[in-house]
Parts: sequence; structure tokens; C-alpha cells
Amino acid sequence: MSHHDHGHESAPEPIGMGKIVFWIVAGALAALFIGLRLSGPAVNLDRWIFLIPLLPGFGALLNGLFLNKLSKPLVTAIAVGSVVFAFFASLVLFVAMVSRGEAIHQVLYNWMAAETFAVNVAFLMDPLSGVMALVVTGVGSLIHIYSIGYMAHDESYSRYFTYLNLFMFSMLLLVLGDSLPLMFVGWEGVGLCSYLLIGFWFTDDAKASAGKKAFIVNRIGDMGFVIALMILFWQVGSLQYDVLAERAATVPVEWMTAICLLLFFGATGKSAQIPLYVWLPDAMAGPTPVSALIHAATMVTAGVYMIARLSFMFTLAPTAMMVVAVVGTLTALFAATIGLFQYDIKKVLAYSTVSQLGFMFMGVGVGAFAAAIFHLMTHAFFKACLFLGSGSVIHGMHGEQDIRQMGGLQKIMPYTGWTFLISCFAIAGFFPFSGFFSKDEILYNVFATHFGSPAWLGVVLWCLGALAAFCTSFYMFRLYYMTFSGELRAPEEIKKKGVHESPFVMTVPLMVLAFLALVGGWIGLPEHALHAVGIHIPNLFEHHLHEVLARAHENMGPHHGSPAVEWGLMAVSFGIAIVGWFLARSLYKDNTSEVPARMKEKFAGIHKVIFNKYYVDEGYFYAFIRPVLNFSKFLWGFVDTYLIDGMLVHVSAWVVRTFGEGVRLVQTGNVQTYLLGFLVGAAAFLIYLWQGATM
Amino acid sequence: MNLQDIHLLSLLTFLPLLGALIIALLPGEEKGMIRLFSMVWTSLIFVLSLGLLAGFRSGTAEMQFVEVMEWIPQFGIGYRVGVDGISLLIIMLTTFLTPIVVLSAFSAVEKGVKGFFFSILFLETGMIGTLVATDVFLFYIFWELMLIPMYFLIGIWGGDKRIYAAVKFFIYTMVGSLLMLVALIYLYVVHGEQFGKTTTDLLELTKTALPVQAQILMFAAFALAFAIKVPMWPFHTWLPDAHTEAPTAGSVILAGVLLKLGTYGFLRFAIPLFPVAAHYAMPILAALAVVGIIYGALVAMVQKDVKRLVAYSSVSHLGFCMLGIAAMNVQALEGSIYQMLNHGISTGALFLIVGVIYERRHTRLISEFGGLSKVIPAFAAFFMITTLSSIGLPGLNGFVGEFMILLGSFRSESLPYAQVFTILASTGVLLGAIYMLWMFQRVMFGEVTNEKNKDLKDLNLREYFVLVPLILMMFFMGLYPNYFLRKMDASVENLVKIYNAKLVARTAGVLPDSPKPMVKLSELERDGRKIVIP
Repeated sequence: MSHHDHGHESAPEPIGMGKIVFWIVAGALAALFIGLRLSGPAVNLDRWIFLIPLLPGFGALLNGLFLNKLSKPLVTAIAVGSVVFAFFASLVLFVAMVSRGEAIHQVLYNWMAAETFAVNVAFLMDPLSGVMALVVTGVGSLIHIYSIGYMAHDESYSRYFTYLNLFMFSMLLLVLGDSLPLMFVGWEGVGLCSYLLIGFWFTDDAKASAGKKAFIVNRIGDMGFVIALMILFWQVGSLQYDVLAERAATVPVEWMTAICLLLFFGATGKSAQIPLYVWLPDAMAGPTPVSALIHAATMVTAGVYMIARLSFMFTLAPTAMMVVAVVGTLTALFAATIGLFQYDIKKVLAYSTVSQLGFMFMGVGVGAFAAAIFHLMTHAFFKACLFLGSGSVIHGMHGEQDIRQMGGLQKIMPYTGWTFLISCFAIAGFFPFSGFFSKDEILYNVFATHFGSPAWLGVVLWCLGALAAFCTSFYMFRLYYMTFSGELRAPEEIKKKGVHESPFVMTVPLMVLAFLALVGGWIGLPEHALHAVGIHIPNLFEHHLHEVLARAHENMGPHHGSPAVEWGLMAVSFGIAIVGWFLARSLYKDNTSEVPARMKEKFAGIHKVIFNKYYVDEGYFYAFIRPVLNFSKFLWGFVDTYLIDGMLVHVSAWVVRTFGEGVRLVQTGNVQTYLLGFLVGAAAFLIYLWQGATM
Repeated sequence: MNLQDIHLLSLLTFLPLLGALIIALLPGEEKGMIRLFSMVWTSLIFVLSLGLLAGFRSGTAEMQFVEVMEWIPQFGIGYRVGVDGISLLIIMLTTFLTPIVVLSAFSAVEKGVKGFFFSILFLETGMIGTLVATDVFLFYIFWELMLIPMYFLIGIWGGDKRIYAAVKFFIYTMVGSLLMLVALIYLYVVHGEQFGKTTTDLLELTKTALPVQAQILMFAAFALAFAIKVPMWPFHTWLPDAHTEAPTAGSVILAGVLLKLGTYGFLRFAIPLFPVAAHYAMPILAALAVVGIIYGALVAMVQKDVKRLVAYSSVSHLGFCMLGIAAMNVQALEGSIYQMLNHGISTGALFLIVGVIYERRHTRLISEFGGLSKVIPAFAAFFMITTLSSIGLPGLNGFVGEFMILLGSFRSESLPYAQVFTILASTGVLLGAIYMLWMFQRVMFGEVTNEKNKDLKDLNLREYFVLVPLILMMFFMGLYPNYFLRKMDASVENLVKIYNAKLVARTAGVLPDSPKPMVKLSELERDGRKIVIP
């Protein structure tokens, strides 16, 4: 499939790269240490917050300006170093912010202004954006390091890192900006990088098309975003978060609903929800680390972040919240069913991402903002691990992505196999893996909904969500067993090249992420349920975000949960995960069972529809793309050329010419005649003026 | 030394003409010398214009660098020039683009070099003159003067259908201008009747009290002239032909500056002179603007010729400018003026880029290309950035203008149905991305399928010098728009204030269809240089 995805026979440790990473990390640590020693409590670190986005931005600038001119180690040092440093900067400021209990706000300069309209380039690190910045730079650092190995032999190595750094810059702008226009800058910026990186191997027209599709589908959503900003600015007179929070309550609820729905429409583009999810599966055309970073861990979660950030507005529009919850649930289930039958390792993960994002929207839709952000974080860990794991597999299999050609890789690629398995447990929601805690918190909140959606709807949505969770467990373990268990089914030419485990520069990030996928959930334990049975451990994550979400909780009113229900639901969903795993194991382990093939035959019709993703792309083509193209051709061919130019312009020209041919008789060619005419005219004009003046 | 004492505006206006005359004296076979001279001369004019930027005072709406001279006193015609926050940046755009255009034509034009550069410099005088004139007679002369060199540029150095395109361009524009002339003469006469003294001073003419019916007719005449120039739908069909057939340099100037004179005309003449009629017409202008935005984008989508695609995209982009003007509040207007500058930079750069591949392949058909990114990577990078600038990516210039226009127009209080218009206009943001990226993909991505494209040469040093200043401007204008926006403030605020005052005066009955002006609209110090032009 992806013949570009590997460019070498075997994969020795790229010379010097490991060392470079070592020195970058060591240097960053030293800088951190020195910085902390020197600064002390009196020195204000706040004014360095701009470094977080700007470091990668500067990296992109350097590598971009001197594209292909710098040596590979230097390119690596700049690209990876800038992101690692950004991570440490985030860490330092995060700690400072939490210990002081006060958000960091820095205004860099006034970007554009007119009359009452003003947008600052300004950064805000509060508990919410702090978590996001840590996830983005942390996972981003790991993926940058991983990319050193993955892209080692690509001829466009420096271009790749330029784009990747540019992405980090945009994403951090999105997260750390203190106003909606700045978020929009990041929002569009990540869209651009996504476009550039999906079409990274642009000589392949299909990949270039996938990139363009991503950008355009995102722009459809962005239109909603922009219209929302127009209404919001008209109603409130500002787009800065703190001002919006103050004045949001003054906006009539109809307008607030419209604003929130339009913003959510923007989110369905960026975060791949119904109806705009169609770009994400195609986005897998990009290099796999890109899929991990942009199309799983960070960019696609921007919509969830946006709603959590604007929770004080969404909670003023219950109807919009309900729509968010319903769309999220439907997307979660819809994408999960498609994931059941895909054979491309990355496509399965892509639909899984769409589905998991659906879970996050379910969360924000019922007002469980902290839970959604929590799931965003744990998902970043395990999904990044899964994608990087699939990258490692593709790398080891010399570009093969079809899981029917795989099998038995656990023995050949043990590190990849184990980390992949851990992440499968995490996403499936096994106790005590991270996904268990975050997903259950969302599902519980959906079941016990007290805002936006009525209670009956909460139960319906929970059922659909549980079904989606079952599918998730099933397709993830199907993926694992088909890939890693049994015997290798690869064609001879791949076997001959030698299927191999990836170098440490790739597997170490996998291990770090797998570790996080395992323990990452422990900072968000179900406090109330535990409290009911006499265990007093706080939900650290929720407490951390409490302040940011205070206004939203105020809007939603008090909520009294039931620990018994919570325990019950936890047991049910853990059970569901186990059943999914068991079913997948019995059907696909070692690839010996013939049931899947028979099932496929028996339900050939359904299988075909689902395998072809319900023909949504085709539907969009016939419903929108073709009519618009035909209409455009009609406008050009008929209205422009024939109607306006032909009828109006040429006909009037013809009339004038005909008239002119008549008048031509006057044109005698005799200069004296002309002169006489001129004099008569001039005299008439002067007389007229003279009369006018004396009148 | 006071900058006003050296008659900066007159120097800027007539130095290009002097340069043109010098070129006329140079021997025609000395092509190198002519090119070099044009380059140096226009660059010096640009440097000189920086003095305008430096000496400009932002805090005031008054005309600055004013020069007033009697010319034909019997008719009250004077040589009156001045600059305010509305015209300043468009003048800067003109002086900035001209040397770039000259440099771009070094190798593209081989035949008739002398005449070519003569025309370009002559044209610069026409453009700057149009922008600085505060006397309607002077304005009209410069306005018509621009036509002639442009006509020759298209007709002589253009493509295969150049004669058709040149004539079409000429007649289209001429029709509009003539009606404007009629309206001007009427205004001149009425003003003379009311004040007992004839003048062509724009400032004086704005004081004329006109019956609404007359205002509407005259506004229509002015609006037609300017709408053709912009061009607004459905008066746009001269543009694709003129743009496509013109040589690269001609297209850049046409798109970069000439179109802006249409939008500028609305701001400087049509609206201040006939505010009440303008107010009635605003919904129509907004509707045509929105149709232009969507129509231009859709038609651009199905073009087969890159240059024609860029030409139609201009219809779409200028629609945004017109929407901002129709909204008539400070935010939208500043966005609109900013969008004029953006369009000059981005579309200018796009035409130059198309020119680069045209020089190499002598075709502009999209189907002739494909996969160029691999062959000419530096060109690809420039093309990409320009494309992104054109589709309004935040961080680059295009976004600032569009964003301000959209946010500003949406909350316009004087434009009926402003919200509907603006929401429709926002589809242009999407459509722009579609036609540009689709074109980019077909030209630049994929495998190289056409043998002729295999050995294309990447940008040479001269082409770097042509494109780099534009790219730098895209970033600067995208990252620090306030530098430019603050220069417009006073003038734009003044324009809006007077527009609203006249509307209020009319609705309150203070400004009936009486012959005497009842409200004091502006102040004038005849001897000094304090002149306020609404």
C-alpha cells in the first residue's frame, strides 16, 4: 500500500540520533534545573509563556528557511529540541500556575483592532489549557523522537520536521490563546499542517487528494465557526474568554443556542464527527507518526477542548448541549461499527479515533467537561501508542498495512506487541487501565444526565454508548489478534526482506506511552463511588479543573449522583469490555477459526455496506460535489459567456457599431469640417455655462 | 525640512512621467539600459514614497501633503492634491508594486521594450494622480489617462486574443466613465448655481445640496463607473479577458492597483458626494457584492486556465471589499481597505507566479502541468504561501481583511439585512479554499506526467527578488496589521461619522431637498492647508 512508508532494507539505529535525543533531553533538564535555581520565587516566569508555542514555531522557521541545507543531526536537534524544550517550559509554568493557584496571562501585543474590535496576541495558561499544553508537548515530544527513526530514510526529512514543528506551534496557539480569534488562528493552522502532512508524499495523487479533502471539509466546519464568531461579537462585543465569561449571560438564549450549534458544527469538522468526519479515515495517507500526533492525540481533540473552554456558554444553551451529546453518541456508535470490518490497520484505528472522539462529545454534551478532558488525555496516551505501534508494525513489515497479511508479530516485535496490547486493554476499558476510568466517568454522567438531555434520553444514549464500547473492545482485540497472534501470513517478498522489530528510538516512546496508558487513569478515580464504600481518595483531575468549570457548574445547577448506580454501571461496562475481548479472542486468536469467514458470507449484504463505510463519501459526492461543479459550469458556460457577455455586452456593442456605421457618414476625413464641428460645440458649451452663471 | 515644502505628492505623481519621457529619449535597442533605468527609477520613487509614509500624521482626518494651485480659474478648476488615511496605503501599494512589476518583465518582454516600460511608468503617473487628486476635474483626467497605457499594454504585449481583450477593456471602462462625466458636469453646474461660484474642488462639491432624485441618478452614474472598475458582478466580464490576455506585468498592475481605484472611487467620491443615495443603494451594492463573492468563486472553480482562475478569484475577493464598504462602519471599512491591499499583494504575487511558469512553458492550462513541486521546489514553496495568503489563512495578510469585514459587516447598523449578506459572504471563505487548493493540487502535486515539465528550471535570482518582497509583506501584514490599520483610523472614522450625520440629518428633516445646505459638514481654511474631506 504505502510504498513510501519505508525506504530501507533493514532498520539499524540511525547513527547519532539517539545521542542527539539524549543530549537534547539532558540539556533541557539542565536548563530546567538552572532556570528553577536562578529564578527563585521572586522572579516572574509568566512572561516566558510565549516561549511554549514560539519555540516550535522558531524551529519550523529555521528548518523551513534552510530547507535541505542543514545537516540531518542539526535538523533533528532543532526540531526535536524545540518541542522538548517547549514541554519543559510547559511543565515549569504548569507547576508555577498550580502552586500559586492563579492563571498565567500574558499579552504580547495588540494584533488587530478597529473601533471597539480588538484582538491581542496573548496567552493564557489556566488549569485547562495547562493540561492541554502538557499533553500536546508531552505526546508531541515522544512522537517527534519516534519520527527520527520512522522518517530516517525519507528524502524529505527536513520538510517533514518543518511541518511537524509548525503543527506544534499552531496547536499550542490554539490551546494557549486567550481569545476565540487566536484559537481560530491555531484552528486553521493545525488544519493547514494536517493538509501538508497528509499530502506529505504529494507525488501520489491519492495522498494529495486526501490532504485537500481534509482541508476543505475542515473549512466547511470553520465557516460555522466564523459565523458563530460574527454573532458572538455582535452580541457581546468581545471575543476574549474572560470578557465572554462575564457577559455571556446577557445573550438571549436563542442566539446563544445558535452560536453554540455553529461552534459545534466547526468542531464536527476538526474533531471528525457526523456529518463532517469523512476526512479523517482518508487522512491516514500521511506518515503514521502524523496520524498519531495530529489525527489521534491532539488536533482532532480541539473541538472537545473548545467546548470545555466555552463551557460557560454551552451551559447557557441546553438544546445545543443535547445536540452535542446526541451527535457524539451517534458518531461513537456509527464509527465503531465501521471499525468492525476494516482490514487496514490504520483505518481501524482511524474509525476508532472518530468513535472515541464521539465519547468525548457525549461527555461535554451532558456537562461532564472534566470527564471529557480526562478521556481526551487518556485517549492521547493509548491512541498515540496504538498508532505509533501500528507505525512500528508497518515499518517492520516494509509498508504493508493489511492485517490479513500479518499475524505472529508478537514474537518478532515483542516491544511493539506488548505496548499495543496494553493500549488495547486501555481503550477497551479494562480495569485498572486508564481508559476504564475516563470512559466510565463519561458513561455514568450520560446515564445520570441532569442537564440538556432529559433523563430518558440519557438512558438511551448510555445504551448506544455501551454498545459502541462493546464494538470498541471487539474490533481492538480483533486487530490485536489478527496482527500479533498466530503465524505470519505475509507474502514471500516481504518475508524475504525480513520482518523486524523497530529501533529503540521508536520503541522507547511506545513504552513511555504504554506506561501512561496503564497508569494515566489513576489521577481521576471515581471519588464519590469510592467514598460510599469508605475509601477516601480524591479525583485529582476533577479538582484540578474545578475552578475553570465553576461557572458552567453554576449554570447547570446542583447534581446529586448515586454511588450505587455508579458501581453498577462500572461493573456492566467492564463486563461488556470482557465480552468483547472474549468474542474477538475466540474468533481471531491465531487466525484459526473459520467463523469470521462464514459470518461474512452469511451477512454479505450488511458487510458490504459497512465495509464501504455506508457509502457516505459517495452520497456526499452525488448530493453536493457534483451539483456544485455542474452549477459552476453552468454559471461559466451559460451565464457568464452567453448571457452577460453574449447577450448584454456583445449585443450592445453591436448596436453601437451599427449606429456608428451610420454616423460614419459624417466622418468625411476633412479636417476643416472637424474643426468647425469642434468650434460649434465648444461655443454651445460656453454659452450654456455663461447662462448658468448669470441665472 | 518640511516634507510638504518639497511638493512630495507632485513629485510622486510626475516623476514616473518624467521617467517615461527619459525612456522615450533612450535608444530603443539598448534594452538592458532601459530595463535598468526603469528599475532604478521606480525603486527611487518607492523610496521617495516612504517619505510619505513617514511624514503622514495618523491622528487626523485632514488631507495631508496638500498642494493647491490655480489652474483654470475661470471654471474654478484647480490643481488640488492631498492624501489621507484612505488613499495613503493604496498609493504605497502602487509605488511598492511598480518596481516589482518592472523587474518581473525583464525577460518576459523582448519586443518593444522601450514602449513597454514607457507605458508602465506612464501608467504609474496615472494611478498615483488618480489617488492624490482632490479636484474632480484633475481626478477625471488621471482616471482617463490610466486607460491609455493599459490599453496598449494589453493590446501590444498581450496574448493571442489581446486585441479583443484590450478593446473590451477600453470600451467597458469608457462607458462607465462617460456617465460619470455627465454626472460630474451636472454636479458642477448645480453647485455653481447654489454657491454662485463654480469650482471642481471635491470638498466644496460635497456641500452641494441635491434633491434625492438627482442624487440617486448621479450616484448611479458614479457607481456604474466604479462598479465596472472593481469589477462588481455583472459588470465583470471584461476582467477575465483583460487579465488573461495582458502580459504578466499588466495583470499585476491591473489586479494590484487599477481594480482598487473602483473601490477607492466609492469611498472618495460616490459616497461622500451622494450619501443619501448611497444609503439607498447599499443593499443593492451588498447584494451584488455577495453575488460576486459566490459567483466569482464558483466560476473560478471550473476554469481550465490558471490565469483565468486567478482573474475570477479577483471578482470574489473584491466582492468582500464591496461588502465592507456597503456595511459602512469603521471595522468593516478598515477591513475593506485592508483587503484591497491584501488583494494587491496576494493576487499580484499569484499573477507573477503564473508568469514564472508561463515564461518557461508558454502555456497556462492546468492540464498541461502536474507534479511540479518535485521539479521546482522553491517555486512550490512560494506558490504555496501565496495560495494560503489568498485563501485567508490566519497569520498571513488575507485573513485580517476578511475577518474584519465579516465581523464588521455582520453588526452593521446602516445596512439592512447585513446579517444575511454576511453569512452568505462567509461561504466565499470555503469556496476560495476549494478552487485554490484544487488548482494547486492539479498543477503542483502528483507525478510529473508531462515530459515538458521534467526539466523545468527553478526560480532564478531575479525571480527571487520579485517574489520575496511580496512574501515578506504577506507575513508582515498578517502578523502586524495595526501598523497599517492605525493610519486609516481617523479618515475612516470621519467618513463614517459624516455619512451617519447626513443620514440622521435627512431623517430628521434637517437636510431636505432644499437648495441650501443646513448642516455644517466640514471646515475649510482656504489659505492654510487644513482641509477636511469627508
